[in-house]
Amino acid sequence: MLENPSGFGPGPKPQFGIEYQNLFNRVQIDGVLDRGPPLAEGNENRGKMRFSWLLGLIGNNQLGPFYLGPLGIAAFVCGFIAFEIIGLNMFASVGWDPVQFVRQLPWLGLQPPAPSYGLHIPPLAEGGWWLMAGFFLTLAIMLWWVRVYRRARALGMGTHIAWAFASAIWLYLVDGFLRPVLMGSWSEAVPFGIFPHLDWTASISIRYGNLYYNPFHMLSIVFLYGSALLFAMHGGTILATGRYWAEREVELAVDRGTAVERGSLFWRWVMGFNATFESIHRWAIWFAILCTLTGGIGILLTGTVVDNWYLWGVKHGIAPAYPRVYAPITDPGYLRGVTGSTSLVAPTGAVHP
Amino acid sequence: MNVIFAPFIVVGRLLGALAGFGRARPWTTGLTLAGTAAFVAISALIFTFERPPLQVVQIGYRGTGMQAVYNTRRTDAQLPLQQVDLPLPAVTPAGKTAGEVYKNIKVLQAVDANEFLRLMGAMTQWLAPQAGCAFCHSLNNMAEDTVYNKIVARRMLQMVASINKSWKVHVGDGGVTCQTCHRGQAIPSGSWFVQPPPHGQRGLTQADSGQNLPAQVAGLTALPYDPLTPFLLQAASIRVTPTTALPSGGVRPSINQTDWTYSLMIHFSDSLGVNCTYCHNTRAFEEWDQGTPQRVTAWHGIEMVRDLNRAYMVPLTTVFPREMRGTLGDVAKVSCQSCHNGAYKPFYGASALSSYPELLQVTDTANAQSAENQAVGNQPAAIQSATGRP
Repeated sequence: MLENPSGFGPGPKPQFGIEYQNLFNRVQIDGVLDRGPPLAEGNENRGKMRFSWLLGLIGNNQLGPFYLGPLGIAAFVCGFIAFEIIGLNMFASVGWDPVQFVRQLPWLGLQPPAPSYGLHIPPLAEGGWWLMAGFFLTLAIMLWWVRVYRRARALGMGTHIAWAFASAIWLYLVDGFLRPVLMGSWSEAVPFGIFPHLDWTASISIRYGNLYYNPFHMLSIVFLYGSALLFAMHGGTILATGRYWAEREVELAVDRGTAVERGSLFWRWVMGFNATFESIHRWAIWFAILCTLTGGIGILLTGTVVDNWYLWGVKHGIAPAYPRVYAPITDPGYLRGVTGSTSLVAPTGAVHP
Repeated sequence: MNVIFAPFIVVGRLLGALAGFGRARPWTTGLTLAGTAAFVAISALIFTFERPPLQVVQIGYRGTGMQAVYNTRRTDAQLPLQQVDLPLPAVTPAGKTAGEVYKNIKVLQAVDANEFLRLMGAMTQWLAPQAGCAFCHSLNNMAEDTVYNKIVARRMLQMVASINKSWKVHVGDGGVTCQTCHRGQAIPSGSWFVQPPPHGQRGLTQADSGQNLPAQVAGLTALPYDPLTPFLLQAASIRVTPTTALPSGGVRPSINQTDWTYSLMIHFSDSLGVNCTYCHNTRAFEEWDQGTPQRVTAWHGIEMVRDLNRAYMVPLTTVFPREMRGTLGDVAKVSCQSCHNGAYKPFYGASALSSYPELLQVTDTANAQSAENQAVGNQPAAIQSATGRP
C-alpha cells in the first residue's frame, strides 16, 4: 500500500501502480454491460451491446446499443441514394472500369450543371444527377439533424449538439444551395468528389479576388484555429490535473478541490485569466459554432455583394500597398484594345458541349 | 481480382477488429492499425512534399512572397536538355542564290546556294538526325515534293521567320530556330491534339464535363484536361477576376470558368519550370502592376501561340497523313512546352539564330492573314462540330 498515492508533496514517490487511482487511466473494465438510465416508453429497445478492446484504447470499450429508429433509417436510405448517385456516376466516368475507378477515385467527381443552365433543371447527364444527389444528401443530413435533436431530448439532455451541427449544416447549405440560388446559377455550387471540391475552393478564391481578404473568412479561420487551441488548452489542463481528481464532477461541484485550484492558478500565472471549469465548455462550443457560422456568412457575401475581396480590402484599408520593384507594368490587352484574350467567350462547354 | 478486392478485405478486417474481434489477438491487430497509419502518413509525405534542395530567389518586395522557387535536382537534369547545338562551320558564299542553282525552291530562293546547303544540314541535325535528307526529300530527286514533310518544312520555315520578325515582343532578339522546338526529334515534345472525352458516351450517366479526371497537362489535378483547345487554338477569355470590388453587371465569369483558366496556368507553370509568382503577385492575380514584367511577355506568348496554331499548324492539317494526326483528325499543335521544354527561357536564353541569318530570308509566299482565314475551313469536321464555333 502506497502512503502517498498522488505522488504530490513529501513522502515516497510511487513508481508503479498509480494509474488505477486516476479515473483518467487506460484500464479497461469489462464487467456488466451498461444499458444507460431508465427511459420513457418507446426508447427501451436499443439493440445489442458488446465489449471491444480496440475501442477501449480510444474511448469506452462498450460498443452499442446503437439506436437507429425510423429517422435514422430514413437518413441512411437518403444518404445511400446520394452516395450511389455520386459513386455510380464516378464509376461511369472511367467507362465502368473497376481498376481505373479505384486508381482515379480521388480525381473523379459529379459536376454541377454548366453555367448556361442558370437555375433551370438540366437533363440528368448535364448536371441533373448532381441536383438529385444534392437533394438526397441534404435530406439525409436534415433527417440526421432531427435524429440528433430527438435522441438528445429522449435522454433529457439539452440540444446543444444539434445546434452546433446546425451551424455546420448552414455552411453546407450556403456552399451548395443558398449562394448558388442567390447567384442564379447551380454552376456556382461545389462539385462532389475529393479533388474536384478542393479545386472549387481554389477557384472560388481566385475568381472572387482572394478570399483571404474576406473578413468573415478571417473570422472563420480565427475560430477554426482557436478551436484547436482551446481544445489543446482544455484537454491539457484536465489531463494534467487528473492526478488531483480533476475529472470527478460530483465532488468538484460541492468542493472545488486542489485540481481546480491548481488548474485555474496555472492559467492565471500563464496569462492572468482563467476560464472556469464550466465556462471553458461554452468557449469550446461557441468557437466551433462560430467557425462555420462566420464561414457561411463570408461565402454568402462572395459574388452576391462583393466581387473582388482584394479590391474590397484596398477600398477599406486592410490591404497594404508595397513599394514598387519594377517599372510600371500596364495591361498589354488594354493597350491593344479589345483582343482575343479579353473577349467574353467562356471556355466552359466550348470543347465538349 | 484479388487486387481489386484487397482494399475491401483490409477495410472489412479493420471493421471486424473494431467491433471486438481484435480482443483475442490485440497486438497483431494493433500492429495492423499502426502499419496502416504509418502507410497513410508516409504516402501523404511522399506525395505532398517536394524533396529538397529548393532554391528560392526573391523577385519582389520583401515579405510579399514574391519568390521564384527552383529545385536544383530538376534544373540540373534540365541543363543537358537545354544546350544549343554548335553551329555548323561557316561556308564560302557561292555568289548565286539557291533559287538560281536548284529547282523547285519556294521559300529559300533568296538564300545563297552554299548557305542553303549549310542550312539544310543544320535542319537535318535539328529534327531528323537519324532519317537524314530522306526525312523530307525523295533521294532520287531532291527537288520533288513527294514527301509530305517537305511541304510541312516549307511552312515551318515561314513560321520561324514570322516568329523572329513579328513576335520579338515574346521571343526577344535571341529569336528561335527549328531546334527550339524540335531538339533532334521529328515531333516536338510539347505537341498536342484536341482531346476528345476519353470514355465516350455513357448513356444516362453524367456526360463528360471536360474535367474531374487525372489531367497530365494540368499537373495531375482534376482540373480541365484539355485547356489548350479553348485558349491556345480558340481565343476563349482567360481573365476571370473582376476589376471592381463590387459586382458591376455584364457578363460574369463563373467559378467553373476559373477551373479552365487555372488548368491553363498550370500548363504554363509546368512548361516554364516556374511557380505562379514568376509572373503574378498571388494576393491579386489580376493586378498587372503588382506582378512581374514576365507576365507581359507571357501575354504576348499566348497571342503568339494562338497565331502559330491558326495561321501555320491548322492549315497544314490535310498535308499530314491521318496517322500523324489526333484522334479527331486534327493536326499537332504548338503549346508553351513546345519551345520552353521546362525552362523559363528556351535554352536558358541561348540562341543559334545569329549563326543562321538565312532563317530570316525566308519568302513568305502564303499570306498569313488568308491562311488564318482558311484555318477554320481546313479543320476536320469532327473538331468543327466538337468546338461548336469557329
